[in-house]
Amino acid sequence: MVDKSLELFDPGHRACGGCGPALAARLILKGAGRETIVVSSTGCMEVFSTPYPETAWRVPWIHSLFENASAVASGVEASLKKQGRSEKVVCICGDGATFDIGILCISGAFERGHDITYICYDNEAYMNTGIQRSAATPYDASTTTSPAGACSFGNKLPKKDMPGILAAHGAPYVATASIAYPADLMQKVERAVNTPGPCYLQVHTPCCTGWGFDGSKTIGLSKLAIETGLWVNFEMVDGEVTKAKKVVRKPVEDYLKMQKRFRHLFKPVLQKDEIAKIQAIADSNAEKYGIDIRV
Amino acid sequence: MLKITEGSHAVAEAVKFCRPEVIAAYPITPQTHIVEALAEMVANCELDSEYICVESEFSALSACLGASAAGSRVYSATSSQGLALMFEVCFNVAGMRLPVVMSIANRSLGAPLSIWNDQQDSISLRDSGWMQVYAEDNQEATDLHFIAYKVAEDHDILLPAFVCFDGFILSHTYEPVDVPAQEEVDAYLPSFKPYQRLDAADPISMGMYATPDYYMEFRYEISRAMERAKEALKRAGREFDEEFGRDYSAPVEGYRLEDADTAIVALGSICGTVKDAIDEMRGSGRKVGLLKIRSFRPFPDKEILKALDDVSTVAVLDKNVSLGSGAGGALGLEVKDALYGSGIEVKDYITGLGGRDVRKRDIANITDLAESGKGDMYYGLREEVL
Amino acid sequence: MVLNIGCAARPGKAGDNKTGSWRVFKPVFNQELCKKCGLCALLCPEGCVTVNDEEEYIPDYDYCKGCGLCAEECPADGAIDMVQEEK
Ligand SMILES: Cc1ncc(C[n+]2csc(CCOP(=O)(O)OP(=O)(O)O)c2C)c(N)n1
Ligand code: SF4
Ligand code: SF4
Ligand SMILES: [Mg+2]
Repeated sequence: MVDKSLELFDPGHRACGGCGPALAARLILKGAGRETIVVSSTGCMEVFSTPYPETAWRVPWIHSLFENASAVASGVEASLKKQGRSEKVVCICGDGATFDIGILCISGAFERGHDITYICYDNEAYMNTGIQRSAATPYDASTTTSPAGACSFGNKLPKKDMPGILAAHGAPYVATASIAYPADLMQKVERAVNTPGPCYLQVHTPCCTGWGFDGSKTIGLSKLAIETGLWVNFEMVDGEVTKAKKVVRKPVEDYLKMQKRFRHLFKPVLQKDEIAKIQAIADSNAEKYGIDIRV
Repeated sequence: MLKITEGSHAVAEAVKFCRPEVIAAYPITPQTHIVEALAEMVANCELDSEYICVESEFSALSACLGASAAGSRVYSATSSQGLALMFEVCFNVAGMRLPVVMSIANRSLGAPLSIWNDQQDSISLRDSGWMQVYAEDNQEATDLHFIAYKVAEDHDILLPAFVCFDGFILSHTYEPVDVPAQEEVDAYLPSFKPYQRLDAADPISMGMYATPDYYMEFRYEISRAMERAKEALKRAGREFDEEFGRDYSAPVEGYRLEDADTAIVALGSICGTVKDAIDEMRGSGRKVGLLKIRSFRPFPDKEILKALDDVSTVAVLDKNVSLGSGAGGALGLEVKDALYGSGIEVKDYITGLGGRDVRKRDIANITDLAESGKGDMYYGLREEVL
Repeated sequence: MVLNIGCAARPGKAGDNKTGSWRVFKPVFNQELCKKCGLCALLCPEGCVTVNDEEEYIPDYDYCKGCGLCAEECPADGAIDMVQEEK
């Protein structure tokens, strides 16, 4: 067991107050421990934590490009193997880097079976460049490249199923987690880094600036995502879902109405049909993962 | 030991003796035989390397970047489209000062698609911060790998290097090559000592971003390292000569240049043809010589000026073109820059693109053109199809 | 200062950037109401809440950005109050 009281991510970083990804970085390092080499992609976390020479990382850390973290990690892992070293290699990358531009390198690294853990901190858009849509952006969210307008309800596409894609690569351990449940998150990180082979973890990390809510509500909102079924915390071992967090579900409005990115669904008029479509996404998640506690 | 071998195999042998700990490469014509040969050596336990069979050149160089940062000597090889796909990573490797060595089996860039030789691929990365050395024959292609590692890994330099040799013309040609023995290479090339590395026992952050307060200074430091690399290449070349009896210490090399009125300047395997053409022209009393450029990055501007001081006309052969610059290739533009104000007439000839043969009589024609003041042109166009 | 080769750096310098200056509201910790659950320390995105030998949770105002997350999540009524920063 790693000592989870260790602080390996320094204050002084430049994340927005209440930033979900900043909290995720702290918690991930607690779960992974000191003997970890982190590979980051270009994005908010990289930028807020490493303006030269003020690094916030107390573990060895490397950033190369937006889309190549998993390939860099493959090289790090191969080198450690050759040298007989035992550090764990962990990628921590944004959803844009993971779902979109980096998928070639990720697919390659997972297919080759490197002993790495790839963690996506999912804030559901390209935040660093000003809140543009990614394949992780949820249905109907308004972003700067999928804006809601007179003839648009925002992002028209559903979230891509990255855990499913990586499970299909034969990853021995795939899981989702949320900063709302820190103990669960840290335990999943610890399990992933100690599972031989390529493991994938997708962590829900609300972004107050990009989603439009007050930074004090970051944890509350993460919880609501789970309580509405719009985010499911689950574990997959060898491609089978072995565990999913069960909830007494709340209506999706409770989650949506707290965020500016969904405001167009409530004002100037309530868009009942659109909200019903989002409710249907939650219902299908609940069905797929069996999360409903019936009361 | 002298043996008749294919250029790519000689290079692969040389790489093996350099003991790379991690190899990551992706096949592309005409580089394929190198990486196939290395894979075979690993499969037969002749080479103890981690061979990462990546899904793209982009990942090949990214993996090399990671392995180098973690403290291993690394190797890759590519050509043409593969190098173009690595573009972004190339700048990154150099900026992070990682001493990656990569063979480039030179090939043209599409479109139109062409698998045949020119040097547009590596030349297009001239501003990336990689050293670039060009081989005339397979012996030189082999030997330059030892020199490249030695200079790249020098803690005073820490720059990556391309060892360029012409695709097919060298890579697929059988020539006698003296490949040194492992003990000899070990005596010349010490084992890899990283300047800094990712290590949990002594953590550092690598690849941070620089604000406008720092960025220029980091770029300037790369320029300075390039400048120092000029001396380091000479030194490593001299040491190689002492060990192996082949001298690559000079960044430029003259051939029958002493009393020449006209000099041809060229990079790579074309120098062999030029030498033969010069011998013939000399036979008919013409005072022609060659200046072969071995190191294109760092660019030996002072050495070029010195070597060409006494000629009146210079004809530069460019197997690349800087589109939009008129009929200028990168070498021509830089030689003109090096000779600016000297009064020497410099003409540039774009030739041999996409595998077009350049023969002895073409060199003689180009010499005629240069001496009659015609140049800065494509040479060898098939007018009938235009 | 001499540049580190390749834009690399050792840990320890992030703290030079005192993000406490960003604060508009300030969390005031009332120790007598604290239930010692430690959630504030666990959840602070800055990692700037620490616990001392008396088991008191204390924010480091050099870095606290005043996001209010600790106050929002604190289960003990009134143990953390957000008050207007006075500068
Ligand atoms: C090849 C390339 N294309 C585009 C960019 C610009 N860019 C930098 S970060 C970024 C978005 C990052 O999004 P994500 O991975 O979700 O991380 P976040 O900023 O949201 O934390 C983009 C588009 C880049 N750096 N490199
Ligand atoms: S924009 Fe979002 S992800 Fe980026 S630092 Fe701010 S809160 Fe964090
Ligand atoms: S207000 Fe925010 S930054 Fe300050 S101690 Fe609380 S959680 Fe940390
Ligand atoms: Mg994102």
